[in-house]
Amino acid sequence: MHTQYRHKFAAISSAAALVVLGLIIVRPKVHAAPVSSGGITGVIKLDGVAPHQKPIDMSKEPSCAAQHKDKPVTTESVVVGTGGGLANVVIYISQGLNGTEAATVPPEVASITQKGCQYLPHVVVVDAGQHMKVINSDQTSHNIHPQPTKNPEWNKSQPQGAPPFDVTWANEEIAVPVKCNIHPWMHGYVAVVKGPYAITDDSGSFNLNVPPGTYTITAWQETYGSQTQNITVAAGKPATANFTFKAK
Amino acid sequence: MGKLFAVILVVVALLSAVPIILHTWTQPVDISTHGHLIDDQMADTMIEAGCAFLAAQILLGIFVWKFSNRTADAKITSFPGGARGLVIAAFIFVGTEVLALGILGQKAWAQIYFAPPAANAMPIQVQAGQFAFYFRYPGPDGTFGPTYPAKIDEGNQNFFGLDTDHDADSKDDVVTAEMAIPVNREIHLLMHAKDVGHSFYVRELRIQQDFVPGLDLSLHFTATKIGKYEIVCTQLCGLGHYNMKAYLEVMSQDDFDKWMKQEVAMQ
Repeated sequence: MHTQYRHKFAAISSAAALVVLGLIIVRPKVHAAPVSSGGITGVIKLDGVAPHQKPIDMSKEPSCAAQHKDKPVTTESVVVGTGGGLANVVIYISQGLNGTEAATVPPEVASITQKGCQYLPHVVVVDAGQHMKVINSDQTSHNIHPQPTKNPEWNKSQPQGAPPFDVTWANEEIAVPVKCNIHPWMHGYVAVVKGPYAITDDSGSFNLNVPPGTYTITAWQETYGSQTQNITVAAGKPATANFTFKAK
Repeated sequence: MGKLFAVILVVVALLSAVPIILHTWTQPVDISTHGHLIDDQMADTMIEAGCAFLAAQILLGIFVWKFSNRTADAKITSFPGGARGLVIAAFIFVGTEVLALGILGQKAWAQIYFAPPAANAMPIQVQAGQFAFYFRYPGPDGTFGPTYPAKIDEGNQNFFGLDTDHDADSKDDVVTAEMAIPVNREIHLLMHAKDVGHSFYVRELRIQQDFVPGLDLSLHFTATKIGKYEIVCTQLCGLGHYNMKAYLEVMSQDDFDKWMKQEVAMQ
């Protein structure tokens, strides 16, 4: 190679390296900055009567049963608030994000806690690659066993007093069922999404931070499945997307 | 030295028999109608095995005592009749012992496994699975609905795989995590395993029966004392085996009816 070209090549490649480095440094900042403009808000409701939630008998594990003496625990396949809001609904952008937005991973650590022989929260939502802490705060051993189809399956014991451990999920998957091999009634989900997400409490309302653009937004509920809407978010103006799931 | 060893041998054997003869470790209370048969059988076995054990140790002590100072050129005496005589004698001795225990125990065995349950025995289904027991009562119609393994959904409390939307017999079935029974009423227990081998053991009931995957087994018993007892799995079934248990509540008929009402409301 001619010397002159060699220099040129070195200059271009170092410039490219600098740009990449800059992007890496700047990227978390881009995410951390509050999304100035729009965003999507909405309320998710259930139309009809929620199916009967069965009480859970934990007598086999007295330390857990004692924690629920006053308020028996039930299954949580459909959780509705007093205002008809549907809880534990995962909202995410299924189409319309550009590569950078989809690849951005929030720095916060999500968590799933085994408490009173239940998973708190019942549905966890994380970004692919986001760190998730698994905590056992019970006076008994648990064995957390997610059963994914698009991520590697794992199965880990966590005795009482064991420190929390950290996991990440590589691939998008809505949603991974989680069970405990020791307490068969324990049941939860981990929804792994790419890009911004939200989850409802029993008011059913959500607020999704997204830059202006046109998106397909999906709401997923464990019993009723997914619903989608197409929505355009203009700069400085939050868009609204309400969903109604019909009770079977 | 040899004589000292012989004495220690016999003393240790005799001392080990003392706590057993004194009943230092008592049996748990017996709450079943058939339990005394099992206890008698255990006592017979203990006496027979204990006598055999002591006899063997004392005999060993005598031989050690007698031959410990044997000179190097002393003649070795063999058992009368040689090896064949020895084997025949042992065969007859041990055979008689085992046969005697079998004959003595046949009543206990037959009462549990050969005699059918009474026609008015209360049926309860028990399913063992990793790592919990679940129980099913047939409800007012007295009939268990069919089960579909594919419909088992533990996260939503469908442990037996019932289709309550379509099967009328299943609709009134009552599924519970603890086993309540009325006192002095014969129970017909229908057992099956969901996955691997397990065991149903209630020491106060003097019942220990394995679950065998693929087999429907049955047992019958009558509990005679009100109280709360532990049902434990005594067949190593996996990592949660140590935690696999449920509670047996023996109640008065009134309390049982109340309990059942409550469980029905919770289904």
